[in-house]
Amino acid sequence: MILLIILGMSLVTMIPRILPAFIVDKLQFRDWVNRWLNAIPYAALGALIFPGILSVKEDAPHIGLIGGLVAIGLAYIGLNVILVVIGAIVTVFLLTAVI
Amino acid sequence: METLDTEKQHASPSLHMIKRGITVGFPIMLGYLPIAVTYGVLAKQAGMTLTELTLMSIMVFAGASQFMGANMIAVGAGALEIIIATFVLNFRHFVMSLSFMNRLRGISLNWKAPLSLGLTDETFAVSALHTKEAKMEKGPLFYTSLFLTAYISWVLGSLLGGVLGDVIPEQLSQSMGIALYAMFIGLLVPSVKKELRVGLIALIAMLVNVICVQFMSTGWAIVIGTVVGGFSGIFLLKGEEQ
Repeated sequence: MILLIILGMSLVTMIPRILPAFIVDKLQFRDWVNRWLNAIPYAALGALIFPGILSVKEDAPHIGLIGGLVAIGLAYIGLNVILVVIGAIVTVFLLTAVI
Repeated sequence: METLDTEKQHASPSLHMIKRGITVGFPIMLGYLPIAVTYGVLAKQAGMTLTELTLMSIMVFAGASQFMGANMIAVGAGALEIIIATFVLNFRHFVMSLSFMNRLRGISLNWKAPLSLGLTDETFAVSALHTKEAKMEKGPLFYTSLFLTAYISWVLGSLLGGVLGDVIPEQLSQSMGIALYAMFIGLLVPSVKKELRVGLIALIAMLVNVICVQFMSTGWAIVIGTVVGGFSGIFLLKGEEQ
């Protein structure tokens, strides 16, 4: 039964992922469609970050928020992504250790 | 990115692209490992065998839906129910894949099709902000090694969680929960610094997501936030990018 669930989950995840490879191969898009698709990464980042980041620690949305602000600060001063990630982890670790 | 042009001239472009893919994919590995281990622990507690939980990581490769799947298996939800919920949660990858595949137009379907299967929120976010490689020699190798770095971390992490059980102290694993969000921020901020309008697109997507999530599942809210936020790009982005 679990194998059937895994197979089903796999199919419904794979099909939406792979379809665009064939669509893009067959179709040329108008200019506005290309602009829309080029904006998708930024829009996706926005939608993925917020409000999800508030649930980093259950019942304590400010922890994720502060971690996120630290990440913004570190990224703003031009640090590499990996250092931004480590800085945010350390921040959340310290915050949860103190409280 | 400034080093790109100078490094391009190195002897073996293939090897260079593979190395670059791994380097760029490294933050994903850092974010995935603790989450994958946690998934492994949770799935084991949900009553899945080691083979089943690893197989799920190999075949599904989508974090949030695997957590959800393991939870639903634990509470005895029906197969169809789990599969439909997975579809809803992962449908956002269709939009992301469409955007990414449109960037890879110059690359043959033999590369694009397998690459599309490795698309997650994280691999998409990282590769979508590294578009130059798509036009470079041996570019597909860059994306392939990036995706494989993420994939292998995910699968091995799951296996590790299933074998070792609860090895990561809760406080540490909780702190690691910020990792992927911090990576998203670390990717977004430099783009916003370069072009402020990009930040507006992200803000609109956030806002739409916040509103939508009141009425529907997280999966659809992210899809609508991404699609609508992207629409603002039609007016905000100029057509200068090819």
